[in-house]
Amino acid sequence: METVNLIVNGSAFSGEVEGRKLLSDFLREDLRCTGTHVGCDTGQCGACVVHVGGKAVKSCSMFAWEADGMEVATIEGMADEESLGDIQQAFQDSHALQCGFCTPGMVMSAAALLDENPNPTDAEIRDYLEGNLCRCTGYHNIVKAIRSVAERRASAGAA
Amino acid sequence: MYDFEFARPTTVSEAASALAAEGAQALGGGQTLIPSLKNRLASPSLLVILAGIDEMRGVDIDAGDSVVVGGATTHAEVASAAADSFPALAWLAGNIGDPAVRNRGTVGGSLANNDPSACYPAAALATGATIATNNRKISADDYFKGMFESALYEGELITKVRFPIPDAANYQKFEQPASRFALVGVFVARFGQEARVAVTGASENGAFRWAEAEAALSADFSSGAISDLSISADEMIRDLHGSSTYRAHLTKVLTARAVDAAS
Ligand SMILES: Cc1cc2nc3c(=O)[nH]c(=O)nc-3n(C[C@H](O)[C@H](O)[C@H](O)COP(=O)(O)OP(=O)(O)OC[C@H]3O[C@@H](n4cnc5c(N)ncnc54)[C@H](O)[C@@H]3O)c2cc1C
Ligand code: FES
Ligand code: FES
Repeated sequence: METVNLIVNGSAFSGEVEGRKLLSDFLREDLRCTGTHVGCDTGQCGACVVHVGGKAVKSCSMFAWEADGMEVATIEGMADEESLGDIQQAFQDSHALQCGFCTPGMVMSAAALLDENPNPTDAEIRDYLEGNLCRCTGYHNIVKAIRSVAERRASAGAA
Repeated sequence: MYDFEFARPTTVSEAASALAAEGAQALGGGQTLIPSLKNRLASPSLLVILAGIDEMRGVDIDAGDSVVVGGATTHAEVASAAADSFPALAWLAGNIGDPAVRNRGTVGGSLANNDPSACYPAAALATGATIATNNRKISADDYFKGMFESALYEGELITKVRFPIPDAANYQKFEQPASRFALVGVFVARFGQEARVAVTGASENGAFRWAEAEAALSADFSSGAISDLSISADEMIRDLHGSSTYRAHLTKVLTARAVDAAS
């Protein structure tokens, strides 16, 4: 067992974790943050994307102790008690999810994209989502949702 | 996944001593190794994590003529740090897998693994890169030994990779959309008159230099110079994604595109 200290969605966690425990399993089983989904468990599908140190990573392809000392953000941190985050709301408004299995990873990838590039083109959105597979929506509405967030944030910033 | 111990060295020499232990293995970004641990293709008793070794991280532009990348540097860092000095290398790094893979996967892990469809081997061969380890320097031409085989000894660490910056260069990747690796990738580099052409994804023997194309392009650096050449499909990879003939065909097409884009 290893002692790890990390901050998950703003709350500090300090405790023991087994060396081979994946970050995805640690979030889901130890912290009960089950919003992070595990689809393929082989690094292919992106359902498990979270942010570590502000960067999008696949939590199924990283050990929990590798995040020691870092800040981790998951889908649970995107909404507050009352309302959805703007990316989540846009996914709902644009019908960008059907079964919702891929959605946590999509939203976390979209958040990382918009941090890096606040005004992406459709091609840049599609390129950034290359590692996030959706078996339901056909992607068009996901791209639309992300574009609408970029537009709304830009006009809010300009106002 | 079997259980293991792990070590977190902060210097190359600490890492090298940890790796001398029986059953020890280095962990770079884990993008290849962690999936292999899950299906028990690898079962080290000790994992030595390289991410905390500062001397193995970062990108330096050396004397304006080489890009020197620490072995534990991520693809994302190379994509941004080399964008001005060596755009073809930055493009290659920025098109590996997807953003999450690029935020974890490292140059050292890619070269050590030497996947026959990986992108970095093509850049290393085409630029005549030097792969520095904890105890020697290996030229790219001596480094690649076939699919998943390299000149590294057990426990040897890639600490730095020096890529000379060509006068002109381009990487063409024909992506296999499911794996996001190269179905075939061709890196063309020109240093003065000398052209170098390295091909990944195509051969059963791993990345290789296409000597006939290099000779033709060194005489005349234009896509027309290779129009009469053909490359044999013998020993090319054939799988459900493409036949060996198709890979041979792509090799020539992508070489011509890379030359056009570089000139
Ligand atoms: C979905 C997906 C798509 C991908 N697409 C591409 C692609 O398009 N092109 C491409 O080139 N690659 C691709 N990759 C592979 C990716 O680049 C990996 O990051 C890389 O192959 C391994 O690097 P790593 O740092 O993750 O190494 P790890 O997985 O940590 O290690 C791999 C091997 O290298 C050894 N090792 C690690 N670092 C060192 C070092 N410094 N010195 C010596 N040995 C070391 C380890 O012991 C292990 O044997 C993809 C991977 C995934 C999951
Ligand atoms: S569950 Fe991590 S990439 Fe699919
Ligand atoms: S909404 Fe079902 S997988 Fe994307």
